[in-house]
Amino acid sequence: MSGTPIVLADPPGPRGRRRILISSIIALVVLAGLLTLALLRLADSGQLDGELWSVFVDYPELRTLLWNGLLDTLRAALTAMVFAVALGIALALARTSRRRAVRIPATAVVELFRSLPVLMLILFAYLGLPALGWQLSAFWALVLGLTAYNGAVISEIFRAGIASIDRGQTEAAAALGLRPLQIFRLIQLPQAVRRMSPTLISQLVTLLKDTSLGFVIAYSELLRTGRGAVEFLGSRYALPIYTVIALMYIVTNSLLSWLARWLDRRQNQRLGGGHAELPMDAAAAAGAGATATVPEQGGPDTTRT
Amino acid sequence: MPPHRIGRSTARGSIAIDAVFDNLDIFAEGFRRTVGLSLFAAIAALLLGTALAAMRVSPVPPLRWFGTAYVEIVRNTPLTVVFFFVVFVLPQVDIVFSYFTFAVVALSIYHGALVCEAVRSGINGVDLGQAEAARALGLTFAQTLRMIVLPQAFRNVLQPLGSVISALIRNTSIAAAFGVQELTGVVQRLTTANPDSVIAVLLGGVVAYLILTLALAGALALTERRVARAR
Repeated sequence: MSGTPIVLADPPGPRGRRRILISSIIALVVLAGLLTLALLRLADSGQLDGELWSVFVDYPELRTLLWNGLLDTLRAALTAMVFAVALGIALALARTSRRRAVRIPATAVVELFRSLPVLMLILFAYLGLPALGWQLSAFWALVLGLTAYNGAVISEIFRAGIASIDRGQTEAAAALGLRPLQIFRLIQLPQAVRRMSPTLISQLVTLLKDTSLGFVIAYSELLRTGRGAVEFLGSRYALPIYTVIALMYIVTNSLLSWLARWLDRRQNQRLGGGHAELPMDAAAAAGAGATATVPEQGGPDTTRT
Repeated sequence: MPPHRIGRSTARGSIAIDAVFDNLDIFAEGFRRTVGLSLFAAIAALLLGTALAAMRVSPVPPLRWFGTAYVEIVRNTPLTVVFFFVVFVLPQVDIVFSYFTFAVVALSIYHGALVCEAVRSGINGVDLGQAEAARALGLTFAQTLRMIVLPQAFRNVLQPLGSVISALIRNTSIAAAFGVQELTGVVQRLTTANPDSVIAVLLGGVVAYLILTLALAGALALTERRVARAR
């Protein structure tokens, strides 16, 4: 997708090509100039000194520290992902229930959690629940806050996925005598999961990124351990350490997206045939999350509709 | 920091909700800061995101590369890490602003990427015939984009853009961890100061955020109806 630009202009002729070439050169010069300025500024303040950047070689402890931080981040993220998807399915089911006594509270819970900052939900778990007499560790406060928020968002993604399935599917299933729960489990869920997987995955990436909020409640995730290291070594080390941390997040998140795309492709090959994604507004209605995710444009036929 | 009371203190044993009403002025101050952060960052993110989206669809390859690289890097980086870079790394090269400005910068950098993706999906949704017709009339690329494609794209992406802005409003809460006493910062401070009414203070914060996000949702619905009528 990112490789093929949207064609808003004609295939350029000789004059157009020359103009594009000239603009390209100007753009390259400007971008290179900005980069040079930034690097010069960094070099001036001694931020590019080899001694700063060799800190990862000089202190093997630092590597172990960051690695353990990453593991703690992944531990919180995976736990929260499992709970959030489970909560999401439960809430989606409750919200589409025929009983009003089930539907209305579920709707209220989803709308409430979705409209609050994740950080507030984490603080509620961390500060509020102990006040109500339920002591829990920073890890569980983080997991609980992330689960509440992402569960609500994921339930909306599931709901949009289910709504996009042809009614005939449900009707046929009902005609075969399946009960509502069976219809949901056997007919709606499998089809919905395929359609919404790009949106779901970007929400899971969001969840992983939001584990970094754990540093507010002193959970020893990647960012918190990095901050500790910078405080110990001195603030001059902020740039190298935070750069490495950012890279660790970027690699982890890219791996997650890549894994999802790979699974998706394999499944498509196995099942064969077309692959319909959620229509844009349905996905948007599902809410874009704390760190909002516009549905990832990954599918083979999303380039233009 | 020993817990101390802020504002008119609540007598122990009184109704816990007093902690909210006694400190309404502090809440209002936090609310004002949250609104300020959201407003400045939203404007900057919309401008930045639109510029990035224009780069990503432009015929000039280096601009496309830059746009793509920006979005891919920022989208996979937690907002908290962006904050760390702005708040702790910029001062290392002698760029120092107030915490409020730092927060606006971090929020704009991060949400610019999200705005870009929303706008780009909107540009994708505009029928190709529109751009072709514009070119047939002799409009240049920039004119086509500005006068024909973008206005329609924005109409298509009102909802995704709305969720980006809503996310931005909620994400201003992260500024609390970086020295800005906005709503979440106020809530944290008041829970420390009033350990016997933690729940009431938290609920006060919840209500304040609900007011903001619901107001945005209302405004969005109104705009959508108007746009639908104008079509």
